[in-house]
Amino acid sequence: MSDAYLLYLEDIQKTYGDKLVLADIDLAVKQGEFCTVVGPSGCGKSTLLRLILGQEQPTSGKLLINGRADVLHPSPERGIVYQRYSLFPHLKIIDNIMIGLILPLPFWKGIFKKKIIRKEALHYLEQVQLAEHAHKYPHQLSGGMRQRVAIAQALIKKPQILLMDEPFGALDPGTRESMQMLIIELWERHNMTIFFVTHDLEEAVFLGSRIIVMSQYYLGGSEKTDGQAKGARIVSDHSLEKASSTHYKESDEFGKFIQQIRKEGMDPAYLQHVTQFNLQHRDSFQTLTSEERAVLQ
Amino acid sequence: MKKDKTWFRGLHAAPPHWLRLLLAILPFMLLVAFYLTASHIRHTENPQDKLLPTITKMGNAIKKTAFTEDKRTGKYLLWSDTFSSLKRLLAGISMAAASGFLLGLNMGLLPGLRSMLLAFITFLANVPPLAILPILFISFGVGELGKIMLIFLGTFPLITRDIYLAVRKIPQNMIVKSLTLGASQAGVIYRVIMPQILPRLIETVRLSLGAAWLFLIASEAIASQSGLGYRIFLVRRYLSMDVIIVYVAWITLIAFSIDLILRKCITWVFPWYNPKMER
Repeated sequence: MSDAYLLYLEDIQKTYGDKLVLADIDLAVKQGEFCTVVGPSGCGKSTLLRLILGQEQPTSGKLLINGRADVLHPSPERGIVYQRYSLFPHLKIIDNIMIGLILPLPFWKGIFKKKIIRKEALHYLEQVQLAEHAHKYPHQLSGGMRQRVAIAQALIKKPQILLMDEPFGALDPGTRESMQMLIIELWERHNMTIFFVTHDLEEAVFLGSRIIVMSQYYLGGSEKTDGQAKGARIVSDHSLEKASSTHYKESDEFGKFIQQIRKEGMDPAYLQHVTQFNLQHRDSFQTLTSEERAVLQ
Repeated sequence: MKKDKTWFRGLHAAPPHWLRLLLAILPFMLLVAFYLTASHIRHTENPQDKLLPTITKMGNAIKKTAFTEDKRTGKYLLWSDTFSSLKRLLAGISMAAASGFLLGLNMGLLPGLRSMLLAFITFLANVPPLAILPILFISFGVGELGKIMLIFLGTFPLITRDIYLAVRKIPQNMIVKSLTLGASQAGVIYRVIMPQILPRLIETVRLSLGAAWLFLIASEAIASQSGLGYRIFLVRRYLSMDVIIVYVAWITLIAFSIDLILRKCITWVFPWYNPKMER
């Protein structure tokens, strides 16, 4: 069953020393999904992303990318756009995009193929509307432009899954909105799978085709003490309607849904038992221990 | 109306261009004026004074060392001294730069190598190079190799450590990013991180050159048949302050020019490195 999913996590736990950050994460994501992840700050959203990326290893559990468990370290299958430090400061914009096609080649071949690669890179640069800045250095661009370059840089590798860690977190609202429209457009055009971590609920609901809410506020689970030092779990999981314009953000429906997500994930006083999580998405599943199951009956 | 900007005093001073030039020249002028006055006073008391030679005497020293063939060797001393000193200096510092760069780069990125060598390099950096000069002269001889080795050993640990620290400052995200873009492990080190560290190497070399000159002149003073340091310590015996001052000024000029070239090299070759200086 796990082979049908592009991304499959079962019973993933992550501890740093004594501190349990992620407790029992179960997640399956199909190809083509735009999966947004929200949760209270410090709940381990970015940790989860780093585990999927291979930047860190889970303490225990099963993590499959396209059915394969042997993708331990970062590799071209998984693209990444960070909030910062995504670009190489010593390369011009065009070279920053070309590097994804040049690095896999031995360097002498890279020299001969430069012309073809440059053409392709320019094509991607046009898609993020930055062709005229090809010969600038990253420090000469604004934050929003830099993130657009970072997206093009990751896109040219055609990754099976694109991971984004609060990519628009440092942008001003106007730029952020245009970046949101851009990423939706690119997602549709390239039929991408995106795993998008953000702390902005509106952004998550607006962008995603599926929203995952993580939280450390819940009842039950592996730890005996309730309320404190719990590892985060996925407490709710919904499929979302595809937004076609920014007007969607102003609708009542949108606002109500945000309220619901805020309550389910962000409210320390709203505690659901692990058996009552709001896992509505068709791909969501939960591996419960026998103790937890006993509560159900 | 009260003027809100001063030319010289305070945090908000905005000296115009001509004043900045003048201010830069001023300390030099003061030094020269002070020297000339002192020299003049001494010469009025004793026309044979050797301690603070006059400009004329120094001019003669230049003529003698730079533009007259030495009777004994048939060479123009200043130039042949400069040539043999620079040869040693550049050989030593470029060996140190190359090996320190490679080692620091790899230590910064490879945890295995780092565990093995970090403590050792730190230990090595604390050995006073001049104290082991006798060991170097005994093991490498008093010829060129001993001197080059002193410069090498004196600057290599420092360059290694500085490059190492610069590499460690590179965010882990960048390394992960390169891997997702298809870089091999060697590719990360030599095709992604190395080009970013190159300007830092030039800066490190700039700073290490001061130490390199020190080691060069020290080793030339102790055992040599040529070189700028050798000449200075040779003519000291005859109290030839004129030659000494000319040589010191010449060394300073060379050191200053090398530093300037390296600095310009950073702005020309690596325009991305110091974006603030560009503006």
